[in-house]
Amino acid sequence: MVTAGRPEGLAGQPAGQPAPESTVDDVWRVAGQVRDPELPVLTLADLGVLRDVRVTGDGRVAVTITPTYSGCPALDEMRADLRASLVRAGYRDVDVRVVLHPPWTTDWISERGRRALAEHGIAPPGRVGPRPAGPVPLNLAPPSAVVRCPRCGSPRTTELSRFGATACKALRRCADCREPFEHLKEI
Amino acid sequence: MDNQDGSVYAVLGEQTDEDGRWAFGTGFHDPLSGVDRAVPAGVDRADLAAYCLMLGDDALVLSQRLAEWCSRAPELEEDVAMANIALDLLGQARLLLTRAGEVEGAGRDEDALAYFRDEHEFRNVRLAEIDCGPGPGGDFATTIARLLVFSSWRLALFSRLAAGSADPVLAAVAAKGVKELAYHRDHAAQWTLRLGDGTEHSHARMRAGLDRVWPFVDELFTPHEVEQRLAGQGIAVDPAELRSEVDGVLDVVLDRAGLSRPALPGLPGPAGRLGRDGVHTEAMGYLLAELQHLARAMPGARW
Repeated sequence: MVTAGRPEGLAGQPAGQPAPESTVDDVWRVAGQVRDPELPVLTLADLGVLRDVRVTGDGRVAVTITPTYSGCPALDEMRADLRASLVRAGYRDVDVRVVLHPPWTTDWISERGRRALAEHGIAPPGRVGPRPAGPVPLNLAPPSAVVRCPRCGSPRTTELSRFGATACKALRRCADCREPFEHLKEI
Repeated sequence: MDNQDGSVYAVLGEQTDEDGRWAFGTGFHDPLSGVDRAVPAGVDRADLAAYCLMLGDDALVLSQRLAEWCSRAPELEEDVAMANIALDLLGQARLLLTRAGEVEGAGRDEDALAYFRDEHEFRNVRLAEIDCGPGPGGDFATTIARLLVFSSWRLALFSRLAAGSADPVLAAVAAKGVKELAYHRDHAAQWTLRLGDGTEHSHARMRAGLDRVWPFVDELFTPHEVEQRLAGQGIAVDPAELRSEVDGVLDVVLDRAGLSRPALPGLPGPAGRLGRDGVHTEAMGYLLAELQHLARAMPGARW
């Protein structure tokens, strides 16, 4: 793919000419190609941010997204990119809705998304699972989960900083290849 | 992917439309755009707006304080950590202030509420506003002490709101916040261990930090009448209910760190009025001057 945000299947189609009878699948195909502005190796669909797509009428669609972190500054960009892509694909009336519940979790990142992260040197998150009810347990220990180095595959890696260049990433280093790498942390 | 150099960020340089792109746009928009905003039946809108302001102001003001550490923390990783935590809190503040403004119904958005209210209109607890460093009012240990107390308290509060608030927006904002506050608290707790159980000097600094923030702890558990009324309707949480859980968490951390809860009384406000009533400490005016200066000097400024 050469141009971010432009759906392959519709590349040759002139703007303003949607398929006469668009289905939900058609809209998914367009919206599903839009990339995350902070992690452009992932589509919003692979990130798990794109939650729902509806065809609400002739040329009218509604897509639903959810923010990753409360302070994620990329949400406005995601909204604008989705709208622009769908308008380019010929949908006249695009409604981008935001849902806050249920809250986003890294468990929603698809297998394809996890592979794409690893191929680009970002260790994908482990599985979180549902949060048990009741008070959140205190974690006083250093993080112990094994995170494999995305470059050499070694399990011998250590966390350098729980907080990284974006809210969603931690910084780690591999003890074998000695390279630092980013880890999309579980949430 | 056809990034020749394999760079994760290469795609960002590609033009996607005529306007090109700026990493995060050139302006901010309503963070609740597209969210269902119904107000539960029978709820007093003024009370709900005030409650959203309380929780939003707590986050906004502490976010401002934490951001002061950026470039001044003991190590680079902590610059990033403090800025990340501040960003999470700013995100929570944006959602809550936006909700407050729309429930109030007077046409005020998040910016109007953040930048154009005066000190007595802010509803945050005083713990959020006091100078705990890097200014002369504290140091890194003091900031960690405040973050430990604040995030333990807010996590207990948000867990309850997420599990049972009758306002779906508050419940959803809280459910997202819980995940963030949990690692804020863990980060503060791990630093409390390192400092408290470190050298004689670091222990003394951590001890002094706890002493500095402790007079503002009782206030966290002192209910305001708005909180009590809304708690009765299942919208809010009466903060008095949080005390035993928060004390329990703090005791575990402090005990492991070789510390204990200071035996210091709470600092009363004038005529019993506290931050939730809009009565603040001297630090608040200076904090707001910095927070609000640009927006007031150049109303409507964009970049």
